Amino acid sequence: MRLIRIGAGLPLLLAAVASFFLFPEYLSLLNTLFILAIFALAYDLLQGHAGVVSLGHAVFFGMGAYTAAVLAAHGVTEPVVGLLAALLLSGLLALLLTRIVVVGNDLTRLLVTLGIGFLMLEAANQARWLTGGADGMSDFTMGPVLGLFRFDFAGETAFWYSLAALVLVYAFLWRLTTSPFGLALRGIRENVRRMPAIGAPVRRHLATAYTISGGIAGLAGALLAQTSNFASLDMLGFERSAEVMMMATLGGTGSIPGVVLGAVGFSYLKDALSAMSPKYWHLGIGLVLMLSVFVLRGGIAGGVSALLRRLRGRG
Amino acid sequence: MTPAIETEGLTLRYGHFTAVGDVSLRVEAGARHALIGPNGAGKTSLVHALTGNVPATAGRIRVAGQDVTALSQAERVRRGLARTFQINQLFRGLTVMENVSLAILERERKTRQFWRSFAADRAVAEEAREHLAFAHLEELADRPVRSLPYGSQRLVEIAIALATRPRVLVLDEPAAGVPAAQSESIFERINALPRDLTLLFVEHDMGLVFRFAERITVLVGGRIMTEGTPAEIQADERVREVYLGRRGHHGAA
Ligand SMILES: Nc1ncnc2c1ncn2[C@@H]1O[C@H](COP(=O)(O)OP(=O)(O)OP(=O)(O)O)[C@@H](O)[C@H]1O
Ligand SMILES: [Mg+2]
Repeated sequence: MRLIRIGAGLPLLLAAVASFFLFPEYLSLLNTLFILAIFALAYDLLQGHAGVVSLGHAVFFGMGAYTAAVLAAHGVTEPVVGLLAALLLSGLLALLLTRIVVVGNDLTRLLVTLGIGFLMLEAANQARWLTGGADGMSDFTMGPVLGLFRFDFAGETAFWYSLAALVLVYAFLWRLTTSPFGLALRGIRENVRRMPAIGAPVRRHLATAYTISGGIAGLAGALLAQTSNFASLDMLGFERSAEVMMMATLGGTGSIPGVVLGAVGFSYLKDALSAMSPKYWHLGIGLVLMLSVFVLRGGIAGGVSALLRRLRGRG
Repeated sequence: MTPAIETEGLTLRYGHFTAVGDVSLRVEAGARHALIGPNGAGKTSLVHALTGNVPATAGRIRVAGQDVTALSQAERVRRGLARTFQINQLFRGLTVMENVSLAILERERKTRQFWRSFAADRAVAEEAREHLAFAHLEELADRPVRSLPYGSQRLVEIAIALATRPRVLVLDEPAAGVPAAQSESIFERINALPRDLTLLFVEHDMGLVFRFAERITVLVGGRIMTEGTPAEIQADERVREVYLGRRGHHGAA
């Protein structure tokens, strides 16, 4: 497990860079994959590392998307500024919500986060003057990144912009999960009852994790709004919340490279299967999820590390 | 001298059922104090209430003279009151080293750091190794706890508690569930703890209790029946009755 965790970052990065040259017609799809990978990583800090679930994580993604869109519509068109604002505001929203999310058990958490999701969706729907309601927001134009790189039709700038964000988030989370704080989160996941008996402030840890996770989810949302020039209600809807959970599960919750692969694999499947028929999409993803839980045990990452163990056992 | 632990009328009710009733207990500083009683006597419940694992229904608790009744479990740990569990409460997917390191990092409030690797913290690793050496767990340091034999897991239970650097350690049946030969060696480790660490331990095996305890409190039906030196308790007819009458039930729960 450890080997993959440390070693997989570089090959993944190389594959991402190579895809720029191999699939020049698919840059905007690749851009979306990077963004979803960031979102999935943000979510998995909670599910995979701290062991707490959330069914409303798209709230933060949507918050970030609208923050970026509203800022751009009001003249703040430099993308990086928009990203940072989205990070801060979504993190702040998460921090405000921790009080009601952190208490209770997994079931109450699922229901509460689900409820928050519905409330925020309706709030965004009602606030037409700000969000455009059901029509979404598209009448804004992004300036060049850092005043230097204009977004182009081919999606080259967007590709590098989102990839850079993914690399930063990946490195940040990898560092975090191997840090004392990351160990405390794993402690919560492994035995939340023991934590207070070693003097651990469990709620504080969870609040911190939730805030960081919400902030990064917001950053992902902002990236999508900026690079697609669009923000809409589905960005904070239930479906998106459920999908991020599936990406983490498919990739192998708790493994950073696994979750990245999960986001990519999930989106690819969704694309390929929906192209055939929406029926196939639901059937296919249902089977794949079962497979990743019951057969691969721990998704893609679990499958790979089982394979590595077997190879090593033979060699 | 100020007692290490002092409770006044400590009571813990689960609904209408009184698991701990009006217990006033005094554990001297540096004591080797045993808490005994038949199954269901309320020993574990008393440990829960004492350490804040379950909030007490009534009564007061002082640790080294300081009233901790209103404090949370974690805050009591920070005041030097640590415990182990009758049924293992370990971080099963983490290694032995990580289990102990985590307790040190929490004590040092280093778990706020997220920009450096915990494994690179020399001071923490060194201290963790000391606790592991004490618990004879050095060789198992890098194994996930869930892969350890049960006896070793019981020692991890103790090593984690020691890593909080307690002044008072409450051990709830530290050798529960391990074969007799191993309970010996677990108690041998407990006996090797520094004398200025106050120990209150729950134990069913009378042989071990009489050997290692200097003071014994007998709990029956949630209330203190009597308290005394091992010799006094051994000679007490009522204690013998309680135990002889229920001998068959003394399993590890
Ligand atoms: N959470 C709970 N809710 C209701 N009753 C409980 C609860 N925990 C314990 N009890 C009851 O309280 C009584 C005391 O239990 P406790 O575990 O404290 O006994 P004990 O002395 O530790 O026993 P043992 O020697 O078996 O460990 C028992 O009758 C038990 O059934
Ligand atoms: Mg008990």
